[in-house]
Amino acid sequence: MAQEAGMFTVQQTIGSVLCCKCGVPMAPNAANMCVKCLRSEIDITEGLQKHVIIIHCPECDTYLQPPRTWIKAKLESKELLTFCVKRLKNLNKIHLVHAEFIWTEPHSKRIKVRLRVQKEVLNGAILEQAYTVEYVVQDQMCESCTRVQANPDQWVAAVQLRQHVSHRRTFFYLEQLILKHDAAVRAIRIKQMDQGVDFFFANRSHAVKFVEFLGKVAPIKSRHDKQLVSHDTKSNNYNYKYTFSVEICPICREDLICLPPKVAVSLGNLGPLVICTKVSNTIALLDIFTLRHCFMDADQYWRTAFKSLLSSRQIMEYIVLDVEPVSSEINVGGSKYVLADAQVARVADFGKNDTLFTVRTHLGHILNPGDYAIGYDLYRANSNDIELDKYKGLVIPDVILIKKSYEEKRQKKRGKPRAWKLKSLNMEVEDSAKATDEEKRSSEYEQFLRDLEENPDMRFNISLYQNKEYQPSEMASMTDEEDVPSIPLEELLADLDLSEEEAQNDSMNE
Amino acid sequence: MATRLQFENSCEVGVFSKLTNAYCLVAIGGSENFYSLFEGELVDVIPVVKTSIGGTRIIGRLCAGNKNGLLVPHTTTDQELQHLRNSLPDQVVVQRIEERLSALGNCIACNDHVALTHTDLDRETEEMIADVLGVEVFRQTIAGNILVGSYCAFSNRGGLVHPHTSIEDLDELSTLLQVPLVAGTVNRGSEVIAAGLIVNDWTAFCGSDTTATELSVIESVFKLREAQPSAIVDEMRKSLIDSYV
Repeated sequence: MAQEAGMFTVQQTIGSVLCCKCGVPMAPNAANMCVKCLRSEIDITEGLQKHVIIIHCPECDTYLQPPRTWIKAKLESKELLTFCVKRLKNLNKIHLVHAEFIWTEPHSKRIKVRLRVQKEVLNGAILEQAYTVEYVVQDQMCESCTRVQANPDQWVAAVQLRQHVSHRRTFFYLEQLILKHDAAVRAIRIKQMDQGVDFFFANRSHAVKFVEFLGKVAPIKSRHDKQLVSHDTKSNNYNYKYTFSVEICPICREDLICLPPKVAVSLGNLGPLVICTKVSNTIALLDIFTLRHCFMDADQYWRTAFKSLLSSRQIMEYIVLDVEPVSSEINVGGSKYVLADAQVARVADFGKNDTLFTVRTHLGHILNPGDYAIGYDLYRANSNDIELDKYKGLVIPDVILIKKSYEEKRQKKRGKPRAWKLKSLNMEVEDSAKATDEEKRSSEYEQFLRDLEENPDMRFNISLYQNKEYQPSEMASMTDEEDVPSIPLEELLADLDLSEEEAQNDSMNE
Repeated sequence: MATRLQFENSCEVGVFSKLTNAYCLVAIGGSENFYSLFEGELVDVIPVVKTSIGGTRIIGRLCAGNKNGLLVPHTTTDQELQHLRNSLPDQVVVQRIEERLSALGNCIACNDHVALTHTDLDRETEEMIADVLGVEVFRQTIAGNILVGSYCAFSNRGGLVHPHTSIEDLDELSTLLQVPLVAGTVNRGSEVIAAGLIVNDWTAFCGSDTTATELSVIESVFKLREAQPSAIVDEMRKSLIDSYV
């Protein structure tokens, strides 16, 4: 201010005085004592905690913040430092400048933190002092770990998923879907049962979420129940075990169905014999003679729960001798079909006798003479179906073809590994599985993998991974690759070796 | 020779006493210890007078004087004035002055030749000081404080000032007063020098909290060691003079 007024000010040099205690020359300060004497006189850390006890759970490496929160922190981490400083009382009376860890042996159960604090002393001098706080770590299990330890199989909610069919194709597909969407990430146990899978959860809401996920991907009906486990009379707390029983509809892809009359009428007089083409949360039915398709959702199905007439157990292989297209290419719900008349013979009959069948089929677009096809033999089948009897005067065709077979070509590639692979869920299998069951299961799995190769729309919801062990065979000629459908390389996700998580960066483009 | 003492458990001895070359004024205390200490030091040399000013005991801060005279504030009663006139030697002129700033001990610091005063003192008071005390008057501040009588104490041989005084100020004051000055503390780092220390040409009294370092500084700057020569004095004096003057 004096300078602004233009006044002349004398340069002020601070002189030196002697420290009043030790006599060492120093610049004058508010206390007129050198720093050492001041420190020896006054201890600003008086009244602050120097020893604190903290509680640590060795199972999950967390520290207790009373009354009930457990904080996860590693040794010498920022979170641990924040936690340690928070545990000190009276720290608001003093000004904290710096805090850091002093290294201690990890197994010594001691954590040392050096703190620097500042406080005003005497007549306005601010003194800074460093001091060490020692934390004694006591081990005590947190409640969740105790519960897990006490009974590792303890579950609160269970989802029992069942499908009353004789194969497990649906469960293979569902397994891949669940893996892709991480729906079973909260399950504490997964168990494979006869005709189904059981999922166990620690929390009812996880189970509910899982059941809702299932409802979105498959036509299901579910019911739930609860069972009282314990009851605290003082606080009126009830502990229950919840069970959800989920049943998937028994209609699968490529099943032949005879619709009950009421259902056929409600769907617009769809011919009673239909093929199921796709099952997601709705069932897609295709009438092969008229090439009409329609959808049924879960509620509709379960109101009139009909079963399939013939399913994958009863398929037969046929060889196509002649194909005559009847109509042009029709686009039905995204897939193209051509209605055609075909002359087929069973592979078992071929060459032995002259049994031929002339059938109408919807596969005119892919069948050529000499191809193999898979279908249902209605000529020889003895159906015990009530619905079929309800129709009087129904003309049942001899053969209904479902799909083209690549069996011959696959023979050449037998035993060679595929270029892609799938992940699987961590399921517990019952020990009572027999050898025949194992064989059946592995052949079903092989069939499932083939289905994946042949149907691009089935692959849509599934993550596939590059098989690192696959080496393209030098003998593979171009002709082989053309005939056997395989999955193009762009659809495969690179499997990260660092972690077992799926690499979602490369999206699958169809 | 500097002595450490206490007045009724307070270390601010400069508040309750006044020491000059010709007399010593002492407040009336509950016990006779204070008075007897002074008596022990000064008995044959100068008179030690027990008094009060305006009914209070803080006489050191209310009056200012040297060997020539004594100035007391307008709050002094007639009896006290008379008592002082009777007890002090005849050559000491006791004068009561009318001044707004009545704590003359805080406003005026003087020895037998020079006086430093508060910057806002009246003209008449300044003339009175020059007249009664026979000194040259300078209006000054010490380390930015206007209460010069509190923050410095000086005799005819040396002086001690507030520790935050800058070197330039120290030089200026030293030139005015013509005595060596040093910045220091008394009573364990207290900056109020005159409250903790009373001094004349051959003796000094300070509060009992004064540390040995402070005491040695006081003894060296006021040159009190000639009264008691010792072997180490010469060396100490040399080293101290090198640092401070």
